[in-house]
This record gives sequence, C-alpha cells and structure tokens, in this order.
Amino acid sequence: MIYFDNAATSLHKPASVAQAVYNAINTLGNSGRGAHGPALEAARTAYETREALAQLFGVEDCTRIAFTSNATESLNAAIKGLIKSGDHVITTQLEHNSVLRPLFELENKGVELTIVDSDSSGVISLSDVERSIQNHTRAIICTHGSNVTGNVLDIESIGQICQKHSLLFILDAAQTAGVFPIHVEKQKIDVLCFSGHKGLLGPQGTGGLYVKEGLSLTPLITGGSGIDTFNKNHPAVMPEALEGGTLNIHGIAGLLAGLKYIHRMGTDTIRRKEQDLAWEFYRGVRNIPGVEIYGDFSTPNRCGIVSLNIKDYDSAIVSDLLANEYMIHTRAGGHCAPLMHQALGTQGRGLVRFSFSHFNTMEEITYGIQAVREIAARFGGGK
Amino acid sequence: MRKKEWKVIVTFQSTTHAMALDKIFKEQGLSGRLIPVPRQITAGCGLAWCSPLDAKASVLDGINQHELHYEKIVELEI
Repeated sequence: MIYFDNAATSLHKPASVAQAVYNAINTLGNSGRGAHGPALEAARTAYETREALAQLFGVEDCTRIAFTSNATESLNAAIKGLIKSGDHVITTQLEHNSVLRPLFELENKGVELTIVDSDSSGVISLSDVERSIQNHTRAIICTHGSNVTGNVLDIESIGQICQKHSLLFILDAAQTAGVFPIHVEKQKIDVLCFSGHKGLLGPQGTGGLYVKEGLSLTPLITGGSGIDTFNKNHPAVMPEALEGGTLNIHGIAGLLAGLKYIHRMGTDTIRRKEQDLAWEFYRGVRNIPGVEIYGDFSTPNRCGIVSLNIKDYDSAIVSDLLANEYMIHTRAGGHCAPLMHQALGTQGRGLVRFSFSHFNTMEEITYGIQAVREIAARFGGGK
Repeated sequence: MRKKEWKVIVTFQSTTHAMALDKIFKEQGLSGRLIPVPRQITAGCGLAWCSPLDAKASVLDGINQHELHYEKIVELEI
C-alpha cells in the first residue's frame, strides 16, 4: 500500500506517537481537574506540549497557545471570536472551507468580505491584497499553503502588509505546520491556526491556535475550565479561555511525541525530503501525454503536493483506479476548496491530489509515476 | 489528629501557570508540591503550590527570577 494523501492526514507517524497515546490512555487523568498524580501528569503533558509548540512557532509565552480538535475549530474560534458586524475582511481564492464557511456565515451577519482572486495557476498578487484594504478592514485571513495546488503564500510579506495597515493577520497553517518555518514574531502573525494530525504527526482530533498577547477572543465554547468554578462567566485567562471542556489529553500526548520527533529531525530536513519527492514525481508525470498538472511550479518553495488530471476523465475514476489496481491512495474531488477549483477550472471533475510525506520513498514515487503513465496510456494518451 | 504546619502557598489564575511553576521548581529541587487549593483561600485555579514556610525566600526568588505568573502568595497554617 502506498499512501499519497498526507495533505488530508499523515498516516505514517513515528512509532513513538502511537506508543505515547497508548501510555497516556493507561496513565493520565484529566488535565486541570484535581491535584492528584494522574491529573497532574495530564496537566504536565499539556504544558510540555504547549512548550514544544511555542518553540516550533517562535512563541515566547506558551500560555497563548490553546488546544482545539482540529484546524477547522481553531479557524472558527479565531474568525468568530474576533470579527464583528461592520468589519471588513480580506481573504483569498485559495482558501479551504474551514476559512470560507465561517466567513460566509459572518457575511450574512453584516461582515464585508473581499476574496482576492488567483490566476489559473493558483497564484495571488500581493498588490491585489493591499489594494483591497479599506478604512474598516479588520483582518487578512489566509492559508499558508494551498491544500489543492501546494502553492505557498509569502506570509512574511502579508504580515508586513498587516502591520503597515494595523490589520490582524490570521493564518491557516493546516498544510504547513511542522514542515515550513513559522515564526509568529518575525512573520507578524496575530492568530496562528494549525492541525495536529498532518505535518505535526499527531493523532486526529488534535489542533490548536496561538493568540497574540493582548488579543481577546470571544470563545466558541464555554463551560468547564477547571478554574474559577464559582464565576458565572467563562474565565478570560489564556489558554483556558479557549479550552472549554476536557482536553483530548491522549491525543495531545501523541502530538507531543510527534513534536519531539520534528524537533529532532528539524523542519528543514523534513521539508527538503518532501519537496525532493514531490519534484521527482512532478518531473516524472509532467510530460506524460494526456496529463494536466495544476499549480505554480515556477518556484521550488512548494508544499509536497502534485495535483493532476488525465485527459478529461473524472478525477474520482482515476483516483479509484490508482487505489484498486495499484494500491496507491490519493484524494480526488474538490478538497473542500471550492473557489480554488473555480480558478483552476476543475470544479466539474475535481482533480487527483498526490500529497507526500517525508516517510514516502523514491521507490514509491517511481511506482506512482509508472501507474499514472499506464492509466494515461489506457485512456488513450494525447491531450 | 493531623498536626498543622505553617506553609507558603502560591495560587494561580490558570492551570498552565501552575504547570510552569511546577516545572521550574521541580528542576530546581525546591521543597514543595502542587496541592488542591485550601478552602481558606479563594483562587481562580484549583491547584496551588505548597512549600514549607522556611522555603519562602527560595519560592519568591524562583518566581522573580523566572518571571512566573501567580495570583497570590500567602502564609497559611494547614
């Protein structure tokens, strides 16, 4: 079995991740609920994980990092917790529904939205972004890397635009956390939303967000916090402000193991290996007759994603053939990014996304290229 | 009947602040541990750091040196 769907979730994790989850299930109590040994060990695990995340993202105070179930929850917390009726928000055509749907929801409640168009390669112009700024613009909300094309946005420049115009910068790092360098101070990120189960190599059901000191979000969820029990209101202190209810400490323990692995390996090493694999695949498939590739390959700075179609076939047919005849697992369809597909002209048949992990091998890449070649030949080749 | 002793108690607003202090004090080998907040004290977080009273200077030094967040520092006979 070959797994090329790492943009959806990483399947191959370090062995230490599963072991950490197993150990946690058997030993940890409820973090922040009690002073007995198992509860304290759970709280220590949560704290150590916040510290590891803070180190990875250049965060000085780890209490500014709250855990969520996934990047979607983080983005909902950030968007709905900060953007109010009358605000104007700028986003891009590259976005995932985890950004778009909360924004469309707010648009119905009086928030004004500008979606910056991309070209047919999925590239946006930063001058278009800056030109969209109005007097009542509150934030720029965008992805770091497209989950459809693998194109990476220049977040350093977007952070500078935000700082220049006193806007909030809310970043969706679902595709890049753990793989690309992210430094909230240097890149002037006010809210960083990430998933734990992709590049961070943790279990599904983990994620989180960093919120800059001084920013206060209206929480999505209120209730049990382990602190300030007799207060009618949910506590405002971070991270409890954004962590209503029991934490997924078993998942967080696995996430910590993933983070320790990443700190040992280094994101540069992980990224280079992923990019080497992706570029090898790209070079192998780009000239196959009948294959059309999407995205901007004029720069080496890309996520480990290569998306394609074969002739005019439905992406679902191709992905299903790859899975059933070659045991190669890819993702067909719309990838929860409808506007990106509109820009690429693939909203009808979707596209087949190959997304790689540094755990993949060159042998798997070679086999994947051969599979695409055979399917294209079977479909008659030619454009 | 259990004999009461004077302690220095540190309370917190957040569990995370308690964990930060716990980690540093454990690394320093400072005498004390996290306990449930005694009923005589009102505190945000249900965890409190408890050290023997003669360790109070070390507790204060550690808090200042590492800029640890706390809510209150009190002496209490418990």
